[in-house]
Amino acid sequence: MFDNVWLIPLLPFIGFLINGLLGKRIKNETVIGGIASAMVLGSFIVSCLTLFNLLSLPGEERQVEVKIFSWITSGVFNADVAFLIDPLSCLMIMVVSGVGFLIHLYSIGYMHGEEGYYRYFSYLNLFTFSMLLLVLGNNLLLMFVGWEGVGLCSYLLIGYYFHKKSAADAGKKAFVMNRIGDFGFLLGIFTLFWYLGSSHNVWTITFTELANNSHLLPTGGIVTVITLCFFLGATGKSAQIPLYTWLPDAMEGPTPVSALIHAATMVTAGVYMIARMNYLFIRSPETLAVIAVIGACTALFAATIGTAQNDIKRVLAYSTVSQLGYMFLAMGVGAFGAGIFHLMTHAFFKACLFLGSGAVIHSMHGALHHAHSNDDAQDMRNMGGLRSKMPLTFITFLLATIAISGIPGFSGFFSKDEILWQAFSNPHHGSLNFLLWGMGALAAGLTAFYMFRLVFMTFFGECRITPKAKDHLHESPMIIVLPLIVLAGLSVVGGFIGIPKVIGDLFGGIPNYLEHYLDPVFKHSEEYMAHHGAHTGIHNIALEWGLMGTSVLIALIGITVAYSLYVANKGIPARFVAAFPGLHRAVYNKWYIDELYDNIIVNPCKAFSQFLWKGFDVIVIDGAVNGVAKTVMACSGVFRLMQSGLISNYAWSMAFGVVVMLSYFILK
Amino acid sequence: MENLNGYLIVSAILFSIGTIGVLTRKNAIVIFMCIELMLNAVNLTFVALSRHLGNLDGQIFVFFIMTVAAAEAAVGLALIIAFFNNKETIDVDDINLMKW
Repeated sequence: MFDNVWLIPLLPFIGFLINGLLGKRIKNETVIGGIASAMVLGSFIVSCLTLFNLLSLPGEERQVEVKIFSWITSGVFNADVAFLIDPLSCLMIMVVSGVGFLIHLYSIGYMHGEEGYYRYFSYLNLFTFSMLLLVLGNNLLLMFVGWEGVGLCSYLLIGYYFHKKSAADAGKKAFVMNRIGDFGFLLGIFTLFWYLGSSHNVWTITFTELANNSHLLPTGGIVTVITLCFFLGATGKSAQIPLYTWLPDAMEGPTPVSALIHAATMVTAGVYMIARMNYLFIRSPETLAVIAVIGACTALFAATIGTAQNDIKRVLAYSTVSQLGYMFLAMGVGAFGAGIFHLMTHAFFKACLFLGSGAVIHSMHGALHHAHSNDDAQDMRNMGGLRSKMPLTFITFLLATIAISGIPGFSGFFSKDEILWQAFSNPHHGSLNFLLWGMGALAAGLTAFYMFRLVFMTFFGECRITPKAKDHLHESPMIIVLPLIVLAGLSVVGGFIGIPKVIGDLFGGIPNYLEHYLDPVFKHSEEYMAHHGAHTGIHNIALEWGLMGTSVLIALIGITVAYSLYVANKGIPARFVAAFPGLHRAVYNKWYIDELYDNIIVNPCKAFSQFLWKGFDVIVIDGAVNGVAKTVMACSGVFRLMQSGLISNYAWSMAFGVVVMLSYFILK
Repeated sequence: MENLNGYLIVSAILFSIGTIGVLTRKNAIVIFMCIELMLNAVNLTFVALSRHLGNLDGQIFVFFIMTVAAAEAAVGLALIIAFFNNKETIDVDDINLMKW
């Protein structure tokens, strides 16, 4: 029934091999892009079939393991290359291959004429392969292989324009930051394996067996250590405080890469990992609290930075960090389904936003190039009035912006509101709940503000580039616009699979399909909470409506403020900057977090390395080696004087030696 | 064989003369001859003790020593001639190419 599942990751891998090995000879861009896209399309089709097959099974049987081959067997340790097909992984492969295919298609147009076209597509295919491996793997080790693979591809694609120093540096930064997280992930795997094995004789790293044995795990204690290690891995991959700083820099890569890797898929791997091991995380209230607080802080913190950036991609990058914060907030309050829901809707609207910004940059770049202008094609201060020049891009971008802002009826509203409601009503954090909700709601307002600021600065008002360049602005080709339309459509309707119960009841009992669909994945957590939930969460329909209304109101205020500042009264932002120069500078410079990290971690590290190099290596290590050599030289300098070359000297020494030896034996 | 001591004394005297010759003389050929003298002093000891002990081992040794001495003489004289061809001297104090 699931016999062809192995095709899902394999097809992109074949695409990677073809383009990676032969791409340089193929030369034809259409063929290269076509092969890469077709492979991902193939994955998507097989994913759809897999989903249909899964849905045809009754709910409790929707967890199938497909073993491909034995990978590592060593004593009690066993790891197979095997795929776990369950509602969660099915949803993920649909998102990864579906959004991935659209972005591949878009890239054919966007990357046209770039040097290393084949390199780009082979990396993109390799990424898709790794990501699919990550979400399909049935054990922690296979997941880790995918986890590292996507990190590698992220590095390669951020540094795609490697001749630019800033791009190469950004790639390195992303890689190093991710390594810190990966270290935590590995420690988590080791500790979990060791603990379950040594105390309960359950030597396993497969997700299903871990879930079935999760009742052996205690609450808190060692589980807190394990889950915090895993969470450290998640903060690296998913750009949460304190390891988020690489993501905004990752915008150095080509825009479709930002859309695919640094918005829609890879950065959500941490969220997926926590949802996959929900039965672990639910057992540690401390870790849940840490995750919730970090998620909420990241959501709010990144949103504040987003309000002052002028680079269109940087705004979106901080928006991504902020939205990932929401997902972690959901994980931290035990609302795993809501987090995965937001992951999915975010993949749609953020991919659409990034691709839309890519279309804008593409057009701006072409226009500025024609006009021989050196202005920055990504700076929103140079844009404006693009609405009439690029109507399709504008409409799709606007729809995605409305979706992310949480306007009712659009996908972002359903998922974000579900998270906010769960943050308020969950049974885990007691009095912390109100704070979590408040931070989330405030971040939602800021999100609406900076996203509409971006729309108003880019698409409204007067065009701020020279008239000569302005004439060259034009709508992008169909292959770029088509993915935008599909993604915008998904951003609008994608939320209807997860309508909250209160709204569903209003319209005659429409069920929450997604929650129902994901139930089998989270059943172990549900069981645990049913036994241990000392105080249950809040169930108050009036309150839920009230909070929903409040968050919509906050979003509307954000939009109104953006409208009044950037369309109606354009002078205000400048006056505001003049009034609070310090605040603006701090926000514009990302609260100086990069500088802070440089000063407290990077520079001391460098200084310590300098000490090890100049102090320890040169003086102690080299000193010891050279010292031995010098001592030998000095001693031999003395002894070689004995070699006079004169026969009589040697004869005398010999005679003397014989006399001494004989005397010794005779007189003894 | 009652006066073994006489043989040994003669042999010791010959050996000493040879040793002193090797240590003090500068002419390579003279040194060479002194070495022969030392070898033959040893030969005399071997033969005398062989006779005294009634054991032929010592005399067989003497044959070996004489063979080695003959070979040594051939090689040594050839070296001395080769050296003389280059330096017009066979004074060992002038032969110090192997110094540090």
